[in-house]
Amino acid sequence: MDVTIRVKRQDPEADGEHRLPYWQEYPVTIADNATVLDALIQIREDDDGTLSLRCSCRSAICGSCAMRINGHAGLACKTIANTVVQDGVITVEPAGVMPVVKDLVVNFDMFWEKIEAVDPFLKHMGREPDGEYIVSNDAMLHLSGVTSCIMCGACVSDCTVLEVDPTFLGPAALAKAYRFTADPRDGDSDGVSMERLWALSEPTGVWDCTRCNECVQACPKGVAPMDRIMAIREQAIQQGYNNNNGARHTDAFTESVAHSGRLDELRLPIKSVGGFTNMPALMDYMPVAFRALRRGKMPPIAHKNVDNVEAVRRLFRQLEPDPPAPRVSNNSPFG
Amino acid sequence: MAEVLQHDVLVVGAGLAGMRAAIAARAGGANTAIISKVHPVRSHSNAAQGGINAALLDRGDDWEDHAYDTIKGSDFLGDQDAIEVMCRQAGASLIDMEHMGVTFNRDDDGRLGTRAFGGQRRARTFFVGDFTGQALLHVMFEQLIKSGVQRYEEWFVTALIMEDGQAAGVIALEIRTGELHLIRAKSVILATGGCGRLFEPSTNALIVTGDGMGLVYNAGGQLMDMEMVQYHPTTLAGSGVLISEAARGEGAYLRDKDGNRFMERYAPNMMELASRDVVSRAEQTEINGGNGVDGCVYLDCTHLGEALIMEKLSQIREIGIDLAGTDMIREPIPIRPGMHYIMGGIKTDIEGRTNLNGVYAAGECANVSVHGGNRLGANSLLDTIVFGERSGNHASEFTRDMSFPEFDINGTLNRERRRIQEMLDRPENGDRWSAIRREMGESMNRNVAVFRNEEGIEETIDDLHQLRRRYENVPVHNKGKNFNTDLIFALELGYMLDCADTIAVGALDRKESRGAQFRTDYPERNDEEWLHHIVLTKGDGGPITSELPVTITKWTPEERKY
Ligand SMILES: Cc1cc2nc3c(=O)[nH]c(=O)nc-3n(C[C@H](O)[C@H](O)[C@H](O)COP(=O)(O)OP(=O)(O)OC[C@H]3O[C@@H](n4cnc5c(N)ncnc54)[C@H](O)[C@@H]3O)c2cc1C
Ligand code: SF4
Ligand code: SF4
Ligand code: FES
Repeated sequence: MDVTIRVKRQDPEADGEHRLPYWQEYPVTIADNATVLDALIQIREDDDGTLSLRCSCRSAICGSCAMRINGHAGLACKTIANTVVQDGVITVEPAGVMPVVKDLVVNFDMFWEKIEAVDPFLKHMGREPDGEYIVSNDAMLHLSGVTSCIMCGACVSDCTVLEVDPTFLGPAALAKAYRFTADPRDGDSDGVSMERLWALSEPTGVWDCTRCNECVQACPKGVAPMDRIMAIREQAIQQGYNNNNGARHTDAFTESVAHSGRLDELRLPIKSVGGFTNMPALMDYMPVAFRALRRGKMPPIAHKNVDNVEAVRRLFRQLEPDPPAPRVSNNSPFG
Repeated sequence: MAEVLQHDVLVVGAGLAGMRAAIAARAGGANTAIISKVHPVRSHSNAAQGGINAALLDRGDDWEDHAYDTIKGSDFLGDQDAIEVMCRQAGASLIDMEHMGVTFNRDDDGRLGTRAFGGQRRARTFFVGDFTGQALLHVMFEQLIKSGVQRYEEWFVTALIMEDGQAAGVIALEIRTGELHLIRAKSVILATGGCGRLFEPSTNALIVTGDGMGLVYNAGGQLMDMEMVQYHPTTLAGSGVLISEAARGEGAYLRDKDGNRFMERYAPNMMELASRDVVSRAEQTEINGGNGVDGCVYLDCTHLGEALIMEKLSQIREIGIDLAGTDMIREPIPIRPGMHYIMGGIKTDIEGRTNLNGVYAAGECANVSVHGGNRLGANSLLDTIVFGERSGNHASEFTRDMSFPEFDINGTLNRERRRIQEMLDRPENGDRWSAIRREMGESMNRNVAVFRNEEGIEETIDDLHQLRRRYENVPVHNKGKNFNTDLIFALELGYMLDCADTIAVGALDRKESRGAQFRTDYPERNDEEWLHHIVLTKGDGGPITSELPVTITKWTPEERKY
């Protein structure tokens, strides 16, 4: 198969024009069942040794090769080229949210900081058993759904909240947290990880997710981070955390504006009324300017594009609206 | 000049062996750091699908049975003292891993469950679905975070520094910035994994390039039994990606083009679960005899049922769909033997010590030797954990009352800077690393594979000489500093050529058939002349071989039948 791979390249350390992003096209001939990664490796080996990307396992297990393919984050080694080619072209860009180191390589520091922030290791209160912990196979199989995460960052790349609020723990770290809150061996003798649940309910935690579902779509391993985030919310509520607690949702607004700035205006009201499913109620809360933007076919919160976010930001700055106080404060967060 | 980095114990490699070693060294009180050319969770230990062996005594198993199966699997080339250490320790190490948080599959009583694996008379392979390596690796990384070990992630080691016969540190390239750093150390533990990519194709990840073996070899250390290269019976045509032995462990059949289960003729008792060298040879014999299709035979899982496949083999089913377009629930998958693992490696004792003072090795890059001529499935993860921990313990003890070796730090670093600058400054013409690497891989796979003979091996040795000459002028097209993978691949190729030389020379030297080494010109095992290890050190004209006796404790070598 003949195909052109269109790569968004950049070398932030270079002096010349390549300091800024630019597009380069590589025509290649590849096998019919070749992956996008096979094509990129072929380019790197036969054509252009200056092209940088991470890859290792070629079988969707090491998490190295997440990138945006035709605009959506995914693993290059899991994407068969002929399923994504459009008019003879496949467009490849570095993953989003994280800064570019070079070409398709992004800086994962913030990704790992977030993982470390959730205390990512088993914490069992009390004495360890002499032999193994006795737990059901079902509990372990259930955890496999999350431990199959390969830390590729595809979800982080496409998370609509992280794009505008870097303080959010984000889908990968919260899925990792669930791996412990749902582990019968973590926490007290009933397997309740109370401290974790409380910490995860703080600002930057599970309540900051807008339930946009992007992470679920991006994840190549079926981890479904958003569903895990919702499950942590449920666990927290079961353990007595509720919307009245600390007047969480009435106060959420001010609290969150304080921790991450004005942009949270865009999402806090939404979480208080139950996510995107409650669109009419949501619209009530939206600043007039924002509604206008929406009519102008601006995507709602799901800004895929930093430029759009910047536009929204600028508008807000100009309008300086008073934060509208959410009218419904005690809605179920599960919408 | 930037401040000098220094640590009592410096672990090179953050796969299972390296992280286990670092955690142990830190727990022993040593100032410990770990350095890895990829982020730890990207390490190749991820790829292990099937499981990890242990004889749990409270389940009626016996470590001596495990030891015997391992020794028989090794075709009696494994050192029995080392195998005893590993098999005795296995149960405790397994429970440690469970306590750390590994989500092992359970039985109906909520205890750890097992599956059957090749070459063993009872099911003692513990597993997490079909992604055991990934599950272990990520948990080990969690423990590494908890341990407070200093991490140098995406740093590539280019040289091992020896001073007066004592380990003194390493030089490493910080990949993100292109800076070269010297890290001083009182002891260095190499846990750099195997060298699979010097064969083409291979089941191994692209980063598995024999760096640690090359580092030790060039520093005057010993490699051992390098000719023992495992071809796994079930790899996908084309990409060479692995379909785990777990499939056969769960009951899958091997069939020829007419649907016959040909293993009946090669291993009537163990059938598909005979040891890997035996099964791979059987397949290759069938393929060579015209009973395959397009160089493959079939792995048939269709009778296992969708439910079992989805619960226990779902990842490999996905690999089959993604890479071969075949759903194993519905049709047999075409497979063939493919390069998978190296039993040989850096010679160590049971504490992980090499012949170089202060240098340790553990995991696939090491040869203790527990695998001898053929490794049993699921014994390698165990090897990484047991001997990773032991080398970490020993190194932390060893460095306790020791001071840092003194040497000319700037001079050493500058010499290495010049060497690398010289590579970058080469003219851009000439073959790139990729062409040389491919030719090396194809030559190895042609002549130093399942079946070998003198003529073929000599042809490959000639090829390697030519390739090395071309390598000396290999250009680096990327002149930039940040994330210059072009430079790294060129450096890796140097390690690979060193390993390839030792493998080919070892294979030529051993004039018998044992384990993974099958010489069509010497088809019998010959205990009288060849029941010994082959040690390789670097000489002016290539590897120099010498002999070392095999340690035999209580299991006398006997004929091997499955
Ligand atoms: C597909 C597949 C399936 C397998 N399945 C099983 C199984 O089911 N059971 C089993 O027991 N075994 C299995 N094995 C074998 C087993 O996975 C490996 O032997 C084992 O994981 C090796 O671990 P390690 O820690 O020695 O090395 P690795 O995990 O390979 O780690 C090597 C480390 O060294 C680092 N490194 C290398 N060179 C440098 C350098 N120059 N500078 C800095 N860092 C460097 C790398 O970054 C990496 O962190 C399988 C192997 C493969 C390929
Ligand atoms: S669902 Fe939540 S975590 Fe997932 S991408 Fe959307 S905002 Fe981010
Ligand atoms: S949750 Fe999925 S997308 Fe996110 S890091 Fe893990 S595997 Fe990648
Ligand atoms: S190369 Fe490992 S996930 Fe793609």
